[in-house]
Amino acid sequence: MGFDIDKIRADFPILKREVYGKQLIYFDNGATTQKPQQVIDCITNYYLYKNSNVHRGVHKLSVEATTDFEESRNYIAEFINAESEKEIVFTSGTTESINLIANSFSNLLDKGDEVLISSMEHHSNFVPWQQLCENTGAKLKIVPVNDNGSLDMDFLDSLLNEKVKLLAITHISNVMGTINPIKEIIAKAHNYGIPVLVDGAQAIAHIEIDVKELDCEFYCFSSHKVYGPMGFGVLYGKSHWLNNLQPYQYGGEMISTVTIDKTTFNEIPYKFEAGTPDVPGALATVEALKYIKNIGIKNIVEYEDELLVYATQKLLEIDNMRIIGTAHHKTSVISFLVGDIHPYDIGTLLDQMGVAVRTGNHCAQPLIDNYCIPGTVRISLGIYNTKQEIDIFIEALNKTLAMLA
Amino acid sequence: MTIEEKANSLVDEFQMFDEWMDKYSYIIELGKEMPLIDEKYKDPQHLISGCQSRVWLYAEISDGKVKFTADSDAVITKGIISLLLRVVSGETPNDIANADFSFIEEIGLKEHLSPTRANGLVSMMKQIKLYAKAFQLKSN
Ligand SMILES: Cc1ncc(COP(=O)(O)O)c(C=O)c1O
Repeated sequence: MGFDIDKIRADFPILKREVYGKQLIYFDNGATTQKPQQVIDCITNYYLYKNSNVHRGVHKLSVEATTDFEESRNYIAEFINAESEKEIVFTSGTTESINLIANSFSNLLDKGDEVLISSMEHHSNFVPWQQLCENTGAKLKIVPVNDNGSLDMDFLDSLLNEKVKLLAITHISNVMGTINPIKEIIAKAHNYGIPVLVDGAQAIAHIEIDVKELDCEFYCFSSHKVYGPMGFGVLYGKSHWLNNLQPYQYGGEMISTVTIDKTTFNEIPYKFEAGTPDVPGALATVEALKYIKNIGIKNIVEYEDELLVYATQKLLEIDNMRIIGTAHHKTSVISFLVGDIHPYDIGTLLDQMGVAVRTGNHCAQPLIDNYCIPGTVRISLGIYNTKQEIDIFIEALNKTLAMLA
Repeated sequence: MTIEEKANSLVDEFQMFDEWMDKYSYIIELGKEMPLIDEKYKDPQHLISGCQSRVWLYAEISDGKVKFTADSDAVITKGIISLLLRVVSGETPNDIANADFSFIEEIGLKEHLSPTRANGLVSMMKQIKLYAKAFQLKSN
């Protein structure tokens, strides 16, 4: 299937809705994406016909649910090109995936060790490491960004050394859309034997992910940012790393045997999955991934690139426009400010005209502070957005600016 | 005028507007007329937390009446705060502590009342009442 925008739009029922009597224009895909009918049906069907707990029943429904659940693991492993489905741990989202690793690293770190992150991290890939360092006495070191929002690679080089026990970095910045040269970064880290965790929250819906090619130790993403359901996510980890890490939560299914003297843990990935999992979440995630695979990731990249170029051009025609993040490699995320107008004012008025954008620090306060700005207005585009919508948005923005002048 | 009368007259003023744009333009205008907080009180102590924009609020009492001043770096936020202050400023701590801010909803700004709304309107109301209660305690 090629890229048929009309068909894609028709698949997303929510796009038909109005807000304040105006046609909704949804430009907040970085926060969460909308869901196609296929994903919604998958969840409904699960509860209508399939609901049952997994891994524990002898009855037909449970066996079926378990099979479907484990097949989703296979599909997701294949989708990101993991070596084996054992390397796919199901979580509640990127945040939990990162916290799981941060927690499991707590007995691997000592005073004098270092953890490396960048200043463009989302709080979810910032605070867990800050806490880990506080608790272990390790030092948190931060790779800064250049003025255009790209990572300062020379500075990264200067921070790499044998004391660094982990590098955690985002694949794509949620504020600026910067695509980090993640493969090169990982290769550099590996020269010092440093494992790398990649926060793929903003990448999974927009570019092709191949963990084998990247050679990262860990990769994290959330289903809700790739047209899938909320509350489901993935932690990919190389088997030998997952095998050696401590479990993070304890309880049902993650154990092998339990006696009053000792508990032994199940094998990977189950030792990291305590408690009843989100089964419909897993099934619907597969549906979402199939959906974008059907359209073709290459087609998506091409289409969203076109939107990015168009929107950037249109924005730059506005007086006093300042785009935060102009790296050469970026996805369809644009953060901007106009003169000294507060982003909140722009966002509030755009909302009244049916345009959903995000304003504020986008859970990346260290980055925003770095630019000494009060936050930004952010548009983040997805597969169902169009140039016509960008035109309407620009018109609404001009109206907004006239009101605030 | 009592707090309630002032609130009612604000609701009347807003009834003139059919268009949301006119309503918001008026809110922005009202914000420009608000008595501004003295620069020296624009410090962390007077900053209201929970807002996407920065909002400062200060109160003083003379002759048993509370006078509020405020500011914000977002003009819509500033306008909305000015609505609150227009209603409560110049009243007694008792009356302010018992004030009912439901006029905001009647003006048609209900969406700003959600506790998660980043303009901090809800925190602002809380802070106004806190000031009033503190003055109540002091005078007792
Ligand atoms: C770069 C990045 N990392 C992590 C997260 C957190 O994702 P979740 O809330 O789905 O756990 C986000 C979400 O905004 C993000 O953009």
